[in-house]
Amino acid sequence: MPTDQTPPDHGPPWLDIDRILADPGVRIVVCCGAGGVGKTTTAAALALRAAEQHGRRTVVLTIDPARRLAQSLGLTELGNVPRLVKGVDTDASGGELQAMMLDMKRTFDDVVLTHTDPVRAAEIFANPFYQAMSSTFAGTQEYMAMEKLGQLHARGEWDLIVVDTPPSRSALDFLDAPARLSRFLDGRMLRLLLAPARTGGRSVFSLVTASFGMFSRAVQKVLGAQLLTDLSGFVAAFDSMFGGFRQRAEQTYRVLQAPETAFLLVAAPEPDAVREASYFAGRLGEEQMPLAGLVLNRVHCPAVDEPTIGESLAAAEQLAATGGHEQTVGALRVHASLIQQTVREQQVAATFTEAFPQVPVAAVTAQPVDVHDIDGLRAIGAAISQR
Amino acid sequence: MGANKGSADQAIAGWPARLHVVTGKGGTGKTSVAAALALALAAGGRRTLLAEVEGRQGIAQLFDHPPLPYAEQPIAAVAGGGEVRALAVDAEEALLEYLAMFYKLGAAGRTLRRFGAIDFATTIAPGLRDVLLTGKVKEATTRTVGHRRVYDAVVLDAPPTGRIGRFLNVTAETARLAKIGPIKTQSEGVAAFLRSPMTAVHVTTRLEEMAVQETLDAIAELTELGIPVGRVIVNGAQEPLLAGKVTQAELRRGLAAAGMPTDRATVAGLLSEARGHLARQRLEESLRADLDEQGPPVLELPLLAEGVDRAGLDLLVETLGAASTRPADA
Repeated sequence: MPTDQTPPDHGPPWLDIDRILADPGVRIVVCCGAGGVGKTTTAAALALRAAEQHGRRTVVLTIDPARRLAQSLGLTELGNVPRLVKGVDTDASGGELQAMMLDMKRTFDDVVLTHTDPVRAAEIFANPFYQAMSSTFAGTQEYMAMEKLGQLHARGEWDLIVVDTPPSRSALDFLDAPARLSRFLDGRMLRLLLAPARTGGRSVFSLVTASFGMFSRAVQKVLGAQLLTDLSGFVAAFDSMFGGFRQRAEQTYRVLQAPETAFLLVAAPEPDAVREASYFAGRLGEEQMPLAGLVLNRVHCPAVDEPTIGESLAAAEQLAATGGHEQTVGALRVHASLIQQTVREQQVAATFTEAFPQVPVAAVTAQPVDVHDIDGLRAIGAAISQR
Repeated sequence: MGANKGSADQAIAGWPARLHVVTGKGGTGKTSVAAALALALAAGGRRTLLAEVEGRQGIAQLFDHPPLPYAEQPIAAVAGGGEVRALAVDAEEALLEYLAMFYKLGAAGRTLRRFGAIDFATTIAPGLRDVLLTGKVKEATTRTVGHRRVYDAVVLDAPPTGRIGRFLNVTAETARLAKIGPIKTQSEGVAAFLRSPMTAVHVTTRLEEMAVQETLDAIAELTELGIPVGRVIVNGAQEPLLAGKVTQAELRRGLAAAGMPTDRATVAGLLSEARGHLARQRLEESLRADLDEQGPPVLELPLLAEGVDRAGLDLLVETLGAASTRPADA
């Protein structure tokens, strides 16, 4: 490489994506990483490849796809159930591709309906706290993505489920959602609020200790009494379902730890995205979840190594000084900037490999334009699998 | 309060708002743009506050600073006596501070925390969390000492475009839950402030299809909510290196004239690179046109080839500062 910085001595192992997609033992592929790195596109491209090339009955669960990508998968509206994707060529392989887009509120409603009777459910749906929680609860999207994954997995209709994770504040949220929900459900606050419901429906704060009296006065003062009534109603109505909630979250968590799952980190060669990927790789290790590799999207690569940056820029300058040959001047500058960018990207990617030398990497060359049709996804899938 | 002497009550040219909310799709450089704007607005001996609300400690990372506490502290000095302070707003701390300020709830406040009440309340009613976060930002923006504003401007590194409407539309969220009481009063105050000329939301983007689409969607959403949109800030804009089309014949002649190798592999390689660049350039031009059509003034920041270090940040500051010499709607 024409650079004064030394590249890393040895690169990371190659991520053989086809081996993972073809492996009948792999039933779930989870794509995770920072926002804006092509996570959804990667998930869709891998699912398509699994169906077309490896004959697997595949479903891809997307969270918040860009409009045109959603259209290309036939997801023009939130359906919350998998639908067959058209334009997929599985004649030779015998596979199948279905896709669905997560409808957070509907998934939550379904969970409520399965865990309680219709009267209770109607009560819950009408409660303003439920409405707020089911649409904006910090972590609801993550939790519902886990719930949906659990449901799809339990149905056992697919050979492979490919999941795109929510565009979270941090990649952590996805893993933490079940624990956070458990903590919330086991919380002292909730038990305090539930106490009156369990002892026969006296006023919310009838069981007072000295400090709790002070506490309840503070709450009443800040939140107002009406809000407290709604809250206790919500908590009481929800009480019967909590066990089921927690159990399911824990089940899904265990599935994610099993060898049938493969986590793929998705990143772009930018410092923030790679830092997030490193962080996530560390977390997966702590949680004993199987990390299969890193997909590094939008990597640049010059078509030819020679001329070097120095030679190109010198020649461009010489031509510019004598006048004419604008096209060549431009082409040489494009070439020099491409090499520069490549070197920079390699340095950024090296920070991940230094920290996790054993994690395989697949580099995917940047596409000049965004992908939003099946052909484009097919090309991306081929690019990810190419060494 | 010598740092902002004389300038505190005048709007900064080109950036008329007091509170600059910076949002954008993930990966578009929201935090760097927010930091550069805080630095640019601190020129000429002013004092600005750079705040974040998502617990990411992005500001500390950018300035290579230890994690920020819930306290406003200097993070960068600016030539000419200006100063940028930084603050990581935390919902729980903001609630306790708010309680202490308005209710003198010292001991009860601590009790609330011990019971996990704050975690509970902000978990079950996320709108409440946003009211606390935006309320703190409003408080800092409007804070005065001796009839003088403490900050000439506040820049908020806000949640990304996908969540910005919900984050700033605090009343709708809390009104569903709190129909009376101080939370309602508080959220109404914040909502009015966010809809006033005191506030401007700037959207960072890159010249990529998805980022531009999200930018246009966010602008439409904010406009619908009556929240003022300031500028669209295109980050990482690259200069066009080529005009028109490139042919193999001309490339060969040019390389020969420069005394470079003209073998087939070299010519074909350079040609395909040039064509890729041209395709990218054409896409960027059409995205620029989409942005221009939308209305808010567009400002372009250069691509930082060496990453966002202080030197890179200063380059952004220079561009943003230059924008302040002409009116936003020029």
